[in-house]
Amino acid sequence: MVEINMTVNGQQRSGSVEGRTLLSDFLRDQLKLTGTHVGCDTSQCGACVIHADGVAVKACAIFAWEADGAEITTIEGMAEADGSMSPIQQAFQDYHGLQCGFCTPGMVMSAAALLKENPDPTEAEIRDYLEGNICRCTGYHNIVKAIQAAAAA
Amino acid sequence: MPKDFGIGASSKRREDARFLTGNGRYTDDINIHGQAYVHFLRSEVAHGNLKSVNVDAAAASPGVIRVFTGADFAEVGGLPCGWQVTDRHGEPMKEPPHPVLAQGKVRHVGDPIAAVVAETAAEARDAAEAIEVEIEELPAVIDMQAALDGGPLVHDDLETNLCYDWGFVEENKEQVDAAISNAPHVTRLELTNNRLIPNAMEPRVAVGDYNPSNDESTLYTTSQNPHVIRLLMGAFVLSIPEHKLRVVAPDVGGGFGSKIFHYAEEAFCTFASRQLKRAVKWTASRSESFMSDAHGRDHRTVIELALDNDGKFLAIRTSTLANMGAYLSTFSTSVPTWLHGTLMAGNYTTPLVYVNVKAVFTNTVPVDAYRGAGRPEATFQLERVIDKAARELSLDPVELRRRNFIKPEQFPYATPVALEYDTGNYHATMDKLEEIAGLEGFAARAEMSRADGKLRGLGVNCYIEACGIAPSNLVGQLGARAGLYESATVRVNATGSVTVMTGCHSHGQSHETTFPQVVSEMLGIAEDQVHIQHGDTASTPMGMGTYGSRSIAVGGSAMLRATEKIIAKARKIAAHLMEASEEDIEFVDGVFKVAGTDKETAWGDVCLAAYVPHNYPLSELEPGLEETAFYDPANFTFPAGAYACEVEVDPETGKVDICSFAAADDFGNVINPMIVDGQVHGGIAQGVGQALLENAAYDSDGQLLTGSYMDYAMPRADDLPSFTVDHSCQTPCTHNPLGVKGCGEAGAIGSPPAVVNAVIDALARGGHQVDHIDMPLSPYRVWEAINA
Repeated sequence: MVEINMTVNGQQRSGSVEGRTLLSDFLRDQLKLTGTHVGCDTSQCGACVIHADGVAVKACAIFAWEADGAEITTIEGMAEADGSMSPIQQAFQDYHGLQCGFCTPGMVMSAAALLKENPDPTEAEIRDYLEGNICRCTGYHNIVKAIQAAAAA
Repeated sequence: MPKDFGIGASSKRREDARFLTGNGRYTDDINIHGQAYVHFLRSEVAHGNLKSVNVDAAAASPGVIRVFTGADFAEVGGLPCGWQVTDRHGEPMKEPPHPVLAQGKVRHVGDPIAAVVAETAAEARDAAEAIEVEIEELPAVIDMQAALDGGPLVHDDLETNLCYDWGFVEENKEQVDAAISNAPHVTRLELTNNRLIPNAMEPRVAVGDYNPSNDESTLYTTSQNPHVIRLLMGAFVLSIPEHKLRVVAPDVGGGFGSKIFHYAEEAFCTFASRQLKRAVKWTASRSESFMSDAHGRDHRTVIELALDNDGKFLAIRTSTLANMGAYLSTFSTSVPTWLHGTLMAGNYTTPLVYVNVKAVFTNTVPVDAYRGAGRPEATFQLERVIDKAARELSLDPVELRRRNFIKPEQFPYATPVALEYDTGNYHATMDKLEEIAGLEGFAARAEMSRADGKLRGLGVNCYIEACGIAPSNLVGQLGARAGLYESATVRVNATGSVTVMTGCHSHGQSHETTFPQVVSEMLGIAEDQVHIQHGDTASTPMGMGTYGSRSIAVGGSAMLRATEKIIAKARKIAAHLMEASEEDIEFVDGVFKVAGTDKETAWGDVCLAAYVPHNYPLSELEPGLEETAFYDPANFTFPAGAYACEVEVDPETGKVDICSFAAADDFGNVINPMIVDGQVHGGIAQGVGQALLENAAYDSDGQLLTGSYMDYAMPRADDLPSFTVDHSCQTPCTHNPLGVKGCGEAGAIGSPPAVVNAVIDALARGGHQVDHIDMPLSPYRVWEAINA
């Protein structure tokens, strides 16, 4: 077992994990942050995207111990300080960018990373960036609209 | 002027507040104190005799609580099939047993052989590797024709791989044959409706929780229909009476049909938790989902369309092989028959139709309903053969369709395949499509593409579907082993807010938003005063769940009827409070008024009086304000529309790009336009996925070649364009009180033929006369067709 410490959504968190424990499992099972979802086992679907030291990462694709000392943000840490939804979250609601909600945490985290890199993306750039996030409900149409609106907000 | 609340408003979704902040509560988020974890050992071969399963080493592995095999289920029922099909000769379908864990034989890759229950998921997984399984491998049968032509038997006892040979309408067969023999023109097309894997983004999960103090079992499961699971698992598999069994389907991350069915893992977790007296949890890996979720489609069809010299359709004859996989999944048998054959008239006046379907067992994962279920298969073959006929007769494909449309004045229209369409206006949706798709500008766009070295094509087609499933007495005659009504309890709380308990289940459909819009409109109270409860058999009336675009048409109608009962009782209370006659009470915008006077009583005062009945007609009226209604539809509903797809094909590589996609739908009345748009977008994406990308492929040994997202091509954001959708053509349903038809499946039904028609058109414009390319239209297949 490995002792690990990291900052998660601004709080110091620690735990004891097996070498093979994935970061996604650590977040979900030990920290009870179940907003990070696991939709596949080949690092394809993107439901588990979180930010590690400001970079979008698939939490199923790294071991928990690899995040030792990192600054992690999950979907639970995306709201404003007063608890209201961030502009990206609000845009997803305003533009109906989610249906079943399962891929949504990863979509929001990827969208936030995109807008940090490229504050005014074209539709093609948005679609290209979301290549690693699969949604089965929306056909992406309203996700793209939501991200465009968030960029303009 | 768009409404800002009630029916017709694009109310924002209240579900989103939790889903966008990580506060959704999906089944895998549920953990019971002391729960154990199960890992299933699944067959790695498609077909074989199970000689021995030695679990000694696994049972001795760290953390293992118990290892189960098929022998533990000897006294337990198998998974039932919910629909008995009777064949052309009056014989019932072949219905082989479907054990929870394999007994004697394995029949597909992924068939569960043993189950290890351990303290942690990792320990269960590790121990499963220590199970010694001896399988005498048998030749597998994957191809349907080979299965019928003396291939290896999937179920030895049946002595055949034919589940049924269904004819519809059998009495019309000779007439249809004669019409086709004598017709001036017959267009024939042989095509495949490719096997798909539904791939809801949330993998399936089951948590069985037994409570020894009261002998009750609770199953938390990723289901579209918790009451159906309770009925099937309780009555047919585990013999647990309903009052001792609770099924909870909390937030569910998409279904698309795949979470309708009762699966072995649900029965296992419930059974094991009773044996072990502790909760047992299973969470599917995506790899397991690929080989254990029911697949969809997988039809091979020959269709013949007879036409006269004016292009009038005279008769249709089809012959289909439908893959059932290795076992009969819950509704598998209804999909190629009653959900497919009855739609073969389409939007047209074809007087004679005969459909033959042979359902076949193979060594593959069971096949069952997937978004559209039978109706996409019907639409695809019909709309493809019409396009081919137009090409053969040198007619414009839109004009050929228009010549054969059922006209607005012909409704209600009885088809030769047993349906009565209540309403529709197919010219109107086609007119709307021509407008929103900008079809008049196509020639200019095609010219621009040509200048760019690309071949541009236009595909147009229609669709009709039978939704709002279903009239119970009718489906009972057709073999359904369940009623298909829906239910709602409307509970008005003492201070006037409302809780609606529905038997429907929302797994992306937005019921928590749209259902309150209806109640708000009826009661004149704010939408946020109405709360929807669903997904728990303990707190909702018996209902059949959500599939077949039925929720608002059937469940919404039940809710409306219950709300009408509420209003009727509230009027009596209001009359008493205002000392007026009930006939004089008007209920407008949430206020009860005495006609012709200025007397009025607010909604909240009436509700309070019902629960604090100090001034109340107790001798005539019970206190309280809570009503239940069950609604059994009189008919199906018939959403219909016209779709257009424009593609560009790169003749050098065969790569197809979707340039635009437009959909003009008639859903009858619409509750929430924003949500309806979203449903259509998602359906189109799945249809485009089927047409261009997705395919569940097996090799001849029965190995699933597309067992992960590395190999199964899910549509991604950069595979798709933005869509143009419209549902302003509305011919309200005449037989349900909301006038609604349902919208969930339309996109997936209407879009595949539009894509394929567009590609064939593009190739033809490039001088490549190609009759057909089977889906998915991968670059290789298109390139092959170009270079044939």
